Amino acid sequence: MIERTTPAEDAAYARIHATDEFRTLRRKYIGFVVPVTIGFMSWYLLYVICSNWAPDFMSIQVVGNINIALIFGLLQFVTTFGIAIWYSKFSVKNLDPHADKLRADYDEEIGR
Amino acid sequence: MSTNDVILAAEDGGHQTLTTVLFVGVVLLTVGITFWASRNTKTAADYYAGGRSFSGFQNGLAIGGDYMSAASFLGISGAIALSGYDGFLYSIGFLVAWLVALLLIAELLRNSGRFTMADQLAYRMRQRPVRTAASVSTVVVSIFYLLAQMVGAGALVSLLLGVEGEALKNLTIVGVGVLMIFYVVVGGMKGTTWVQIVKAVLLMVGTLLISVLVLAKFNFNLSELLGTAASNSGKGQAFLEPGLKYGANLTSKIDFLSLSIALVLGTAGLPHILIRFYTVPTARQARTSVNWAIGLIGTFYLMTLVLGFGAAALLSTDQYAKVAESGGNLASPLLAEAVGGGEGSTGGAILLALIAAVAFATILAVVAGLTLASASSVAHDLYANVFKKGEVTGEEEVKVARIAAFVIGGVAIALAIPGQSLNVAFLVALAFAVAASANLPALLYNLFWKDFNTRGATWSIYGGLISAVGLVFFSPVVSGKVDPATGESLSLFGTGVDFSWFPLENPGLVSIPIGFFLGWLGTVTAKEKADPTMYEELEVRSMTGAGAE
Repeated sequence: MIERTTPAEDAAYARIHATDEFRTLRRKYIGFVVPVTIGFMSWYLLYVICSNWAPDFMSIQVVGNINIALIFGLLQFVTTFGIAIWYSKFSVKNLDPHADKLRADYDEEIGR
Repeated sequence: MSTNDVILAAEDGGHQTLTTVLFVGVVLLTVGITFWASRNTKTAADYYAGGRSFSGFQNGLAIGGDYMSAASFLGISGAIALSGYDGFLYSIGFLVAWLVALLLIAELLRNSGRFTMADQLAYRMRQRPVRTAASVSTVVVSIFYLLAQMVGAGALVSLLLGVEGEALKNLTIVGVGVLMIFYVVVGGMKGTTWVQIVKAVLLMVGTLLISVLVLAKFNFNLSELLGTAASNSGKGQAFLEPGLKYGANLTSKIDFLSLSIALVLGTAGLPHILIRFYTVPTARQARTSVNWAIGLIGTFYLMTLVLGFGAAALLSTDQYAKVAESGGNLASPLLAEAVGGGEGSTGGAILLALIAAVAFATILAVVAGLTLASASSVAHDLYANVFKKGEVTGEEEVKVARIAAFVIGGVAIALAIPGQSLNVAFLVALAFAVAASANLPALLYNLFWKDFNTRGATWSIYGGLISAVGLVFFSPVVSGKVDPATGESLSLFGTGVDFSWFPLENPGLVSIPIGFFLGWLGTVTAKEKADPTMYEELEVRSMTGAGAE
């Protein structure tokens, strides 16, 4: 059950790939995920490195028994939730309309 | 059985009956659901991908059920109970990892693959070598993970029932194995998904209940909970700071760094997680499912923080010693008993039995997902596309997948029983390291690098796989690690065997760069160049869903 694309499908893919709309979609997607991935990975590694090599900083108590280490860890949760929401909003607004349009074009061209 | 165990078992008689009843309840419920779900499993897409009929929310729950193993439920809360803050460090890597899956993998994979990880990797490559490599890696990762879960299940069930003895442990392993084979053979992806959904709901309700009861004891004052945990643990403020578990010396710190990187990069390369993205109708639903999964998994890990520190704060000295003796696994069950009214009380017996049943459901859901991922890959990649070169009907493929599930389940049982006498806990971390070193480089290159070709794909998969497994083989987890206090071996092999030369227990720091490097090297040295039009097709298809099933 290997999928083999038909010549018509190949032509449709090639045509869509050459459109400005596809270029815009790809540019917006890459423009979002690359910096954000570098951002959250660095933020996570900073946390791991501080846990390993900055014990004095991490043990500063902020409120009662709640120290920097705990707040830093909980902030990783906050940023993870936040980035997930941010990406989803960004996609709905900036990516999905282009993707929907191009997919509809493809379906029309192939006659699905 | 020692006298002590007999007394222990007799004291726990009340909860034992209840626990057994609840275990049987979990089994009957999941078996019933599997029969019900199997009615509509007819085509290959039904069997492998649940007919792509699950909603984002349902799949989000199932991802949570697939991902949160007994190791994270009992293990992380236990690690926090014993090592304080350092136990919490794991959960952060396990959670942040989902952003890699959300941003870079889930939607693109949903659009460009069909049933297995190899579908995506082989899209623009020569089918046979790439599918073989991806299938080998899928089966290795899944079997490692599976063995750790099954050996754990044997120990855990006897621990939770309060009965010692080899016979019960072996019986548990066989029972868990037979059940997982049943879910996968009869229910396919639909049955497995519903088992995972049920488990996720049970797990969230169970942990939420215990967490609220713990917090209520401290009037919902987190600082007070932490303070009591710190003083009861006997370690003071150090209990709330990083370093108790990993801070001993430079090697242990680098080891922790290595583990952290493998956790954050491994999740998005775990085959049993990847195939879940195929169970929804669109890429947008795949995104929704990851969002739900992040919400659930994040909330769950926040609750394990309360459970772990709660166990340290609320358990008596005797009970805390029992937790330490169990390697942390008893922290949550004994905490449940304590907040329910303590040993011998009805409330305590009920909550203890409840948490034990949740842990049991957790094991079942995870092992089913792993068996399905490897059976799918054997049938769809190795049998249909490598041996039969694609000339095979969907019906035949599903038949082979069912046979493969039998064989893989049987092998897992046969390996897990002798595996009990070995230290196999490291296998979970190794599965993440292999996923991060072998699968993730290939997936990322394939999606984002035009020139990536067949040789690059096979080199990164085999290179990452062999380096991760090889380095662990020559590390202290396999040989040469001895407990300085007791003189007992902490390695896979007993004392007296030592062929270790790699200092880290987690290979990721070295094997992940090797996987990426070999993917690049294989690509640039290959005579057979990548087909640029095929990459254009993959790009259009993965980003827009045009032509996706």
